[in-house]
Amino acid sequence: MSTDDGRIHLLQAQDLTLAYDKLEVAKDLSLSIPPGQITCIVGANACGKSTLLRALSRLLKPHKGSVLLDGESIHRMPTKEVARLLGILPQSPIAPEGITVADLVARGRYPHQKWFRQWSTADEEVITDAMVVTGTLDLAERPVDELSGGQRQRVWIAMALAQGTDLMLLDEPTTFLDLAHQVEVLDLLVDLNRADGRTIVLVLHDLNHACRYSHHLIAMRQGRLVAEGPPQQVVTETRVRDVFDLSCRVVPDPVTGTPMVVPIGRHCNIGGEKPAASGDEQSTELASQQEQVHQGRA
Amino acid sequence: MQQSPVMDTGSSTLVSRPPDALDTVRHARKAGRARAAAVGIALTVGIAVSFAASVSVGDFPIPLAEVIPAIFGFGSPDSDFIIRTLRLPRALTAVLVGGAFAFSGAIFQSLARNPLASPDIIGITAGASAAAVFIIVMVGGGGVLISLGAFAGALATAILIYFLAYRQGVSAYRLVLVGIGIAAVLNSVIWYLLTRAQIWEAQRATIWLTGSLNGRGWEHVRPVGLTMLVLFPAVLVLAQPLRILQLGDDAAKGLGAGVERYRRYLILVAVALAAVATASAGPVAFVAFVAPPIARRLTNSSLTLVPAALTGALLLLVSDLVARLAFRPTELPVGIITGLVGAPYLLWLLARANKVGSGG
Repeated sequence: MSTDDGRIHLLQAQDLTLAYDKLEVAKDLSLSIPPGQITCIVGANACGKSTLLRALSRLLKPHKGSVLLDGESIHRMPTKEVARLLGILPQSPIAPEGITVADLVARGRYPHQKWFRQWSTADEEVITDAMVVTGTLDLAERPVDELSGGQRQRVWIAMALAQGTDLMLLDEPTTFLDLAHQVEVLDLLVDLNRADGRTIVLVLHDLNHACRYSHHLIAMRQGRLVAEGPPQQVVTETRVRDVFDLSCRVVPDPVTGTPMVVPIGRHCNIGGEKPAASGDEQSTELASQQEQVHQGRA
Repeated sequence: MQQSPVMDTGSSTLVSRPPDALDTVRHARKAGRARAAAVGIALTVGIAVSFAASVSVGDFPIPLAEVIPAIFGFGSPDSDFIIRTLRLPRALTAVLVGGAFAFSGAIFQSLARNPLASPDIIGITAGASAAAVFIIVMVGGGGVLISLGAFAGALATAILIYFLAYRQGVSAYRLVLVGIGIAAVLNSVIWYLLTRAQIWEAQRATIWLTGSLNGRGWEHVRPVGLTMLVLFPAVLVLAQPLRILQLGDDAAKGLGAGVERYRRYLILVAVALAAVATASAGPVAFVAFVAPPIARRLTNSSLTLVPAALTGALLLLVSDLVARLAFRPTELPVGIITGLVGAPYLLWLLARANKVGSGG
């Protein structure tokens, strides 16, 4: 499964100010999406991360500034041409009632179709590969309404894949999935990135997943870019406090070695203070656990 | 060894295409189309049979063997007149009006992703009716003037609804809500006009409002026939972007469809179809509303335009036959029969919507 033109494309944002009606959501954002890598946009609720993704995928017209695709303003390019270079999976796409998996995936070929050139064998091969890769081939004849949440998300990713774009943007693709299906979807994205060097940008809620599954992190707070870089550099205890208003420990993920955020919360005791609502025994137990964590880091 | 999944540069784990995968996909996509084609053929046969019945039976029955020569003017003078002047235009009007209403309903319902969004519920046909009743009651006009008025009324109402619902693009949900509100206003206008009317005009207006195919001649066939001739290809061309719009605005924009532009074209086509249909036969109840969902259940596919039009044509043709024959010698307006079919469906839809908490 490869992209339609086999080239790598560059997506950048320049001095973006984003607003819904008059409400300003993000200000002065400039960034460059590293090509061939997985980038995660993280931040608290309503920090503007989904808005940024919408702007990057030209679903939202910026108030000021511009989004550049290979140096050209994305809003000035013909939208169908953009769709051949950049695919987007929105947060809540709608499957028409009764549509089958194969037909839904086939709609991803729309940007490659013209009224005089409708459906070709090449299109058929692309959608077949998209379904093979996402493990949805066996579901081909099933109506999308009848699938589980995880299956449905894989079908939507297959549709985005059928677009054959080098750039893929996904808005919270793991929301509403249980943990196993979240990991399944993220693994699939890594496969896609590795196989063809696809550039993938996704908004993720779960910071630990973001650390594990991305080369590049973009952290946002109240509409501004706070930090960007590899997860090891971006995710520190102070920064998590700044971005999420959350006290935490950052420890190495026991499986991958990437940073792992362990939230503290109000009821857990740190640094010898007495926890508000728990007895002494429990606090001793906690302290010893924390000791082990410290040793693990060292 | 501990390693982040994204840092591992090992070989790709992507599976390669199994040998029969292409066939699986081809088969899956063909199955749906084959069923739609079969349904289309069955509906066409149904239309042909009811069409033949419609021109053959009546107070003056004409055997089928005499119908065909009579259509081309080679029958006896009596059957020539009955077929060519009375029954043929009436049956053709039924087919064309039923098809146009159903097309219009199918486009609106798929655009809005809501079965309630048919032109007879969101005020398009109410606009046509208000204008027609105004012309009957206040102007005292007939025939062609009523048709023109109904057409203008439908168009004006559609434009009004579009602009009232517009806020950086038209959301489907707002379109339905605004439409239902406008329909309510227009219905009170109709009732106000009826209270101002003389009894004879009020009766004429009421029959028109029920929707009737009685006394339809070639002057009713021509406008709706020409419109269908022009708009049928337009609907087929617009079906492809409509399939993309069905995925929701964001996904459609992401796939590179000019969402607002195509939505405008589709609304324009759907309004024109509903307007000429109403102008020819009055606001025949519920054809636009019930035909597309029936067609969708028959074909089991996500977008049905041609099967919906065929269903609408068959529905109106059969309803008219029933309206003509059920209480002979009295003839009912066809709108009563379609209303009897449509109203229970609306109730069922509302009951079901309540249960699942959505518009269906």
